[in-house]
Amino acid sequence: MSNEWNPDEERLLDAPTVRPYVIARGRTDAPDRFDLISLAVTIRPATGNEIGLDPEHVAIVRLCRRPLSVAEIAAHMDLPAGIVRVLLNDLFDRGFVAVQQPQPEMDVLDERMYKAVLDGLRAL
Amino acid sequence: MVSGRSDHPKMPTAIKLLIAGGFGVGKTTMVGSVSEIRPLRTEETLTNRSVGVDDLSGVEAKSTTTVAMDFGRISIGDDFMLYLFGTPGQERFWFVWDELARGALGAVVLADTRRLADCFPSVDYFERRGTPFIVAVNCFDGAPRFELDEVKLALNLGPEVPVLLCDARRRDSGKEVLITLVQHAYGRRPNAVA
Repeated sequence: MSNEWNPDEERLLDAPTVRPYVIARGRTDAPDRFDLISLAVTIRPATGNEIGLDPEHVAIVRLCRRPLSVAEIAAHMDLPAGIVRVLLNDLFDRGFVAVQQPQPEMDVLDERMYKAVLDGLRAL
Repeated sequence: MVSGRSDHPKMPTAIKLLIAGGFGVGKTTMVGSVSEIRPLRTEETLTNRSVGVDDLSGVEAKSTTTVAMDFGRISIGDDFMLYLFGTPGQERFWFVWDELARGALGAVVLADTRRLADCFPSVDYFERRGTPFIVAVNCFDGAPRFELDEVKLALNLGPEVPVLLCDARRRDSGKEVLITLVQHAYGRRPNAVA
């Protein structure tokens, strides 16, 4: 069970910082379209032969067969979230993924959402 | 023919809860005890995205402040996905706090009675930002037990802020903490009927 997870066993992040920026071709300016918890889902499969798609793009397309957050994609791929934003933006522009934005701050007032979350937590 | 965004499958909406507090207070443990997935770690790099750095020379010049955050997930039916982010408590990570707090439904400030001062920055931050928060005192073995009123006094909390004891290792305890937070946030909605 998840209770057996031990934080001491978690390995430290020691990935070289240069490589991610090479993957993103030096771009760090993904638009604010993607929050850490924006959800992405694949709407068009990638074969890996598409021009302009790097292996990392294809890996994201494969990962997102179920909706995953930017944070999850970053964790699974061991890339900084900022790099994943750039790559996701490429995929979004080319119609490989759809993106669902998180609940906006204003709509956090939605009563239905509070009820659903409380019911869901009680049922845990 | 599949194209555009209109015919993508129905997706849940993500909701964010924060678990803040000092180093070693049990944030990741609590995330892990309630999450349906093993806690994951994501690394956020300080990039001032509003400035729009666009070339490699900019990358060189940037300071490479990164911060690792552990997070977990709880699916709420098909409609909502709850994400729990363990938020580093130190003030120097405020750049991450601003992004994390944006749109967050609320925050749990985890406190350790042996090092109560460690949660001052978190309390200050959420008070100032107006993010609904509660304080959960993680009961470490051998740590001095205080009355909750004493903790409340020591943290100079308003009377409306819930304070409760918890055991971050236990799922039912973490669950109770989250329910308390969501109920508190619900009552704090600006348009809530008092």
